[in-house]
Amino acid sequence: MKKPNTFIVVAAVTAAVIAATWLLLAAPGFTGNEINMTRGVTSQSVINHGLHMTVLWICIVIGVIVFSAMFVSIVLHRKSVGHEAAQFTHSTKMEIIWTVIPVLILVVMAVPATSALVNMEVAPETEMTVKITGYQWRWKYEYVEDEIGFISSLDAASNAARRLESGTDPVDVPDYLLNVDNPLVLPANTKIKFLITADDVIHSWWVPALGWKRDAVPGYINEAWTEIMEPGIYRGQCAELCGKDHGFMPIVLQVLPRAEYSAWVAQQRDIEKQLASN
Amino acid sequence: MSTEATHIEHALDDHHDHKPTGFLNRWLFTTNHKDIGTLYLVFSLLMFFTGGAMAMVIRAELFAPGLQLVEPDFFNQMTTMHALIMVFGAVMPAWVGFANWMIPMMIGAPDMALPRMNNWSFWILPFAFAMLLSTLFMDSGGPAAGWTLYPPLSLQGGQSFAFVVFAIHMMGISSIMGSINVIATILNMRAPGMRLLQMPLFVWTWLITAFLLIMVMPVLAGAVTMLLTDHFFGTSFFNAAGGGDPVMFQHIFWFFGHPEVYIMILPAFGVVSEIIPTFARKPLFGYTAMVYATASIAFLSFIVWAHHMFTVGMPLTGELFFMYATMLIAVPTGVKVFNWVSTMWKGSMTFETPMLFAIAFVVLFTIGGLSGLMLAIASADLQYHDTYFVVAHFHYVLVPGAVFALMAGAYYWLPKWTGQMYSEKWGKIHFWLSTISVNVLFFPQHYLGLAGMPRRIPDYSTQFADFNMISSIGGFVFGASQLVFVGVIIHCVYKSRQAATDRVWEGAKGLEWTLTSPPPYHSFNEPPAINSATVAHADPAH
Repeated sequence: MKKPNTFIVVAAVTAAVIAATWLLLAAPGFTGNEINMTRGVTSQSVINHGLHMTVLWICIVIGVIVFSAMFVSIVLHRKSVGHEAAQFTHSTKMEIIWTVIPVLILVVMAVPATSALVNMEVAPETEMTVKITGYQWRWKYEYVEDEIGFISSLDAASNAARRLESGTDPVDVPDYLLNVDNPLVLPANTKIKFLITADDVIHSWWVPALGWKRDAVPGYINEAWTEIMEPGIYRGQCAELCGKDHGFMPIVLQVLPRAEYSAWVAQQRDIEKQLASN
Repeated sequence: MSTEATHIEHALDDHHDHKPTGFLNRWLFTTNHKDIGTLYLVFSLLMFFTGGAMAMVIRAELFAPGLQLVEPDFFNQMTTMHALIMVFGAVMPAWVGFANWMIPMMIGAPDMALPRMNNWSFWILPFAFAMLLSTLFMDSGGPAAGWTLYPPLSLQGGQSFAFVVFAIHMMGISSIMGSINVIATILNMRAPGMRLLQMPLFVWTWLITAFLLIMVMPVLAGAVTMLLTDHFFGTSFFNAAGGGDPVMFQHIFWFFGHPEVYIMILPAFGVVSEIIPTFARKPLFGYTAMVYATASIAFLSFIVWAHHMFTVGMPLTGELFFMYATMLIAVPTGVKVFNWVSTMWKGSMTFETPMLFAIAFVVLFTIGGLSGLMLAIASADLQYHDTYFVVAHFHYVLVPGAVFALMAGAYYWLPKWTGQMYSEKWGKIHFWLSTISVNVLFFPQHYLGLAGMPRRIPDYSTQFADFNMISSIGGFVFGASQLVFVGVIIHCVYKSRQAATDRVWEGAKGLEWTLTSPPPYHSFNEPPAINSATVAHADPAH
């Protein structure tokens, strides 16, 4: 190397530029971009967000320690600064230490990870059941107790704008690709059981604000549960490749306070009755 | 040339190269480990650019929201073919190319143990990939169900699906023959006196990789054969309506698929374990621990497959088992990373291109490993699964992981192979362009995944626009940077006027450096002496 410090200078400048760029881009206030997992609106999503942040910080700390050691070594233990190579080949003590410590870290991580999984998988007593069926490329929702059912597909505006050479800028379409004709309407603060299956190929039903996704597999009925704490609109998408329009079968939840939900159910039942009598 | 004449020439000229004359004789009928190694490497580079071109189509379509360039079905063909070609056409054959070139030279053998089979295992590949690529031009198009070929979706493909299955069979046969050859060579053809625990780490990692390949490639062959009969002959292995089970395919596929991931990365560990000691001028730290860590990772790779399937609806106990087993992999992998850093520690480092790529490998592979640890947490994986977070994770371990190790190895041994030095200046330019752009390409994909963007979609909601654009720009620069790599190789082979010494690198140790640069056509006609002057790890006691 002609200039002894070229490497350090280039490496440090590169690292600084990359770090600064990411921090800048990552700041949601700067670009409005969301960069982290949502906290969501269920106990499961809050637990998963907490678990994610815990493990992320552990990983960041491990990374900083390892990379710092490397960087110190790269700065100090260079031939160009006249450092002579030591000739040690191993250290049983060190090797035991850096086997045991990671095991302990893993145990620390495994404890909350286990309880989160148990909470996710062991459903409490639920108050209502919704059956979800995946089709290429739409969802069918059936309210088992209330005997309501409908198909939910990509909304017309997105569907027109998504075509090649549609001439519509997606920015002009509200909630482009994340809007449907018939949202799944659910009550807030209610324990709901989902029965999830598919009719043709495997799909996966995912609303990030609920904190989980579950595959919809033909021939299987998978179970999941939720209790949504806040009324609102929550959006998600199919998460398992299911053919050409996999990217175009969104999920929209409209979560209503319990009283409004009951009114909606009554209204839907009237509509279904009228349809049946016609 | 008659057989008799060959014999006479052979007798007279024993210490000179006697390469076969004529293009066909030299390359099509070759049984020479170096020529076959070169064929593998050139082929894999060709496939790297083929798969790379498909990645450019993907990133161009994802540059902005809305569909601009391709129909969704063609987009799915691109993602599927990109993965199949990169996995089976670029990374795996490249490692077999390195194995062919380096294993005989590293263990003091004249050639591979089974030279004719070696020829066959290479020459199957161009036909397999011609067949796979030909599906893109058929009426029913290429495979579009993802490289994982999950049924029932993969069974919706048309007639071209049969070509995909047979291409995978041929790739599997090629890999199994290559692995048998590697195992036979390593176990039978080491120079007298070289014990297993004196072998270079690259040889060790390949020995373990070869066993993984032999164990899992038949499993993949079985899985795709069942898809074939489900598709064309009315069986119902994976068809729920006929009593089959679509989830069973996923179990079988990932029983192959997870070891497959390590098949791509273990030889990378080996190469990096060769390069760092050379440029730190210091012996590899914890050689024996490195060997055992590699073996542990290989063992664990067989009992973690269902961590790819946390969302399919497994029982709680199953999910807990696969979560714990997956987390355990962090321990031997951590040992490896710590040992690489300790090898650098108190060394006397210089930073030629191979070392730069090796250092970038350690840093960026570790980032990919840490995001892998996050994905192991089953409950959180119910959010991460099938998002761009996963895409970012496995591209970090495969691109600045496996591919950077391949590049490090190529720069490291290119002077040995060709007898000429590559351009250090252009090598460094290639390194910095690649390292910066690969991070611009893949780092924002973590954000996209966490913010909720699913993978394998041709179009996305406008909230994901900024990071997709940044990622695409990184992708275009990374793609273009690889042309520099080709330029450096062509220059080194044909134009370089700087001859390489036999040792090439000041700190290099190992039998390959005791040969001339370029090495003789038959590497070691007489077994070399094994001692601390010739091999890096002469003392098997630690």
